[in-house]
Amino acid sequence: MDTQVSSQPQKVAKRKIRVATTSLSGCFGCHMSLLDIDERILQLIEVVEFDRSPITDIKHCGPCDIGLIEGSVCNSENVHVLREFRENCNVLIAFGACAVAGGLPAQRNHLDIGDALREVYCDRAGLGKQIPNDRELPLLLDKVHPINEVVRVDYFIPGCPPSGDTIWKFVTDLIAGHMPRLEHPLLKFD
Amino acid sequence: MTHLTMSLVEIATPILERHKRDHTRLLQILHDIQDELDYISPETMEYLAHELEIPITQVQSVVEFYSFFHSKPHGKFRILFSDNITDRMLGNKDLFDHMLNRLHLTPDTVSEDGLVSVGMTSCTGMCDQGPALLINNMPITHLTPRRIDEICDLVKSGLPVNHWPSHYFKVDNNIRRADELLATAYNMGDAIKAAVAKGAQSMLDEMKRSNLRGRGGAGFTTGVKWELCRNAPSDERFIVCNADEGEPGTFKDRVLLQSFAGHVFEGMTIAGFTTGAKQGFVYLRAEYKYLVKSLQIFLDNMRAAGFLGKNILGIEGFDFDIDIHLGAGAYVCGEETALIESLEGKAGRPRIRPPFPVTCGYKNKPTVVNNVETLCKVTEIARRGGAWYEGRGTRQSTGTKLLSVSGDCARPGIYEFPFGVRISDVLEECGAKDVIAVQISGAAGVCLAPHEFHHRIAFEDVPTAGSFMIFGKDRDMFDVALNFAEFFAHESCGFCSPCRIGTSLVKDMMEKIAAGRGTKYEINEIQRLRDQMKNFAHCGLGQTAGNAICDCITKFRPAFDKHLSSRDFLPAFDLELSLARSREVTHRDDADAHLGAK
Repeated sequence: MDTQVSSQPQKVAKRKIRVATTSLSGCFGCHMSLLDIDERILQLIEVVEFDRSPITDIKHCGPCDIGLIEGSVCNSENVHVLREFRENCNVLIAFGACAVAGGLPAQRNHLDIGDALREVYCDRAGLGKQIPNDRELPLLLDKVHPINEVVRVDYFIPGCPPSGDTIWKFVTDLIAGHMPRLEHPLLKFD
Repeated sequence: MTHLTMSLVEIATPILERHKRDHTRLLQILHDIQDELDYISPETMEYLAHELEIPITQVQSVVEFYSFFHSKPHGKFRILFSDNITDRMLGNKDLFDHMLNRLHLTPDTVSEDGLVSVGMTSCTGMCDQGPALLINNMPITHLTPRRIDEICDLVKSGLPVNHWPSHYFKVDNNIRRADELLATAYNMGDAIKAAVAKGAQSMLDEMKRSNLRGRGGAGFTTGVKWELCRNAPSDERFIVCNADEGEPGTFKDRVLLQSFAGHVFEGMTIAGFTTGAKQGFVYLRAEYKYLVKSLQIFLDNMRAAGFLGKNILGIEGFDFDIDIHLGAGAYVCGEETALIESLEGKAGRPRIRPPFPVTCGYKNKPTVVNNVETLCKVTEIARRGGAWYEGRGTRQSTGTKLLSVSGDCARPGIYEFPFGVRISDVLEECGAKDVIAVQISGAAGVCLAPHEFHHRIAFEDVPTAGSFMIFGKDRDMFDVALNFAEFFAHESCGFCSPCRIGTSLVKDMMEKIAAGRGTKYEINEIQRLRDQMKNFAHCGLGQTAGNAICDCITKFRPAFDKHLSSRDFLPAFDLELSLARSREVTHRDDADAHLGAK
């Protein structure tokens, strides 16, 4: 696989590239796929340091070079997180089918959200008659949206999920200063 | 057995018998059943699957795939307005709203008494006499508010469409310029006799000498196609006439089939004689269903005169006959492999090529698929020879070409020009003034601006399948691009992701721009998506779906800019409003229950 990354630290990286990642309404499958770069994560860590990410457990994101977003936008918290990423990241990447096109969560888009909540919380035996309304809970949007309908997105990596090799190729291209380019078999839509 | 299933059996049995219980005729069977029963219920699908010995999923997928089949009641009268850009320019939206008001309906919903439903459909091929609609598959053109009122009255009276005054269904030819094809007198059998006198091999040589190229748009050399089919080892071969004229803005095939059907059928018979095929199919788009009766009569006359059937012209073994297959409202079936799938009674999804139809087509046998106009040109070559034919047109584009001219001009209609005619000459001839753009070859074609009007119609310059839509100085080219974006999102067959998702994303972004929420970002995204579709889509539909829109962006950028926001980016929807429903059901109104219009 691409080895330019490991040869770079000596030459370039005085400052490590800061990367933040998050999962909005996704299944964390894309993050699992990110971990599929396996031992290459050691090469990555030579040039990159992680800001907010499920890997670091940092809760809020500071100024970053690259932000990777998994999952679609389905509630108000997703919107806040996405805005935080957009404000702090130079380059924002939608990775995975949900972030790119809405994906599986968007399957609820033909339902009325009020009906769906009522069916889940009020109409089933053994449950109360109340839709949860604590102000700690994020409210659901009436429709699920891909992230580029809420903020400007710079790059898209399709796939459900994109493979570890795909993510590796894309991110290392970007770090090396190339125009990221995915071709068959790395580029898959389904 | 319940009463309902009894009547289903009574209705379906004669239809099934008429089609010899042949599952490749599934579309035809469904058409006939739907005519009788109004729609195709799950029970009907199950029954047909059982009787035709095919999986129920095949019947379901066909019913779902084609927009003219309905799995739910759609009213005794089903009205569909043609929604091509040329119809929009003639005010179809206002007429549509007028009819909905008169009938107290919302789009695509059936009236409570089950009488009528009104919706929109893609171009119905009446662009020279629009705005147009289809009522139970019968075309009504030249719509005016008064005509709409009359139609509403007739609908309310419940009188079946076939009893309506015939003047409503008059379709004009509007032939404005006739040349070799449209001006030559027709004598039944002349072309077939001429071909037979030459012999099959010699006819093929003439075809190759003529350098006739396919008129459906791709421009493959017809003689070579025939030769490949003729030489492919097989016991059976087929000739298919592609009359699925779905490209927005084309209607030349409709005129040819309405008034020059003899040329088409003789061209097919000559193709059969030359390649050794015994069976031909005309794949007719459902929008032209009104032509079926006259075409059947013409075929019967040809059979009676001995130009179709067994031992044509008394020649032992020269057998050829033609069958008409009706499509069901799917643009993608104009693609030859999708068309063949549809002929076989399946959903029209393009096949992977190669193998090409010339070696592996209908029922996996060698099959020639030719455009209606191409087959007409064959009769000219049979009568007058390839060398003569080659003398007209340009070096790489021989003969004459029919153009379907519509939009902003004094005389819309059919123009037959020799290949090589300049765009500006066509505009002059049809009386178009102050033209800002011409869309050549339909939504999948190219959009030309005035500085390009010196170009010529020819495969080596501006290739076309025949559509020629003219836009005058008062037109907004953004509206044109939006119409095309909606068209492709509707017509994508859904088989491959780049096209299914890409066409929808392009449409969403165009609608976002139309709503005043677009920025430069969307313009860049549309162009990027065009490249994705061009490189990755499975068939020509997706590969060309972004072309016209990007042409418009390149050549008519101010028309887009005036819709754009100067902001870096705006969300595609109102975030604050999107929480309203959740606020309502949770009775919340705290600060966290709002997003603000950031």
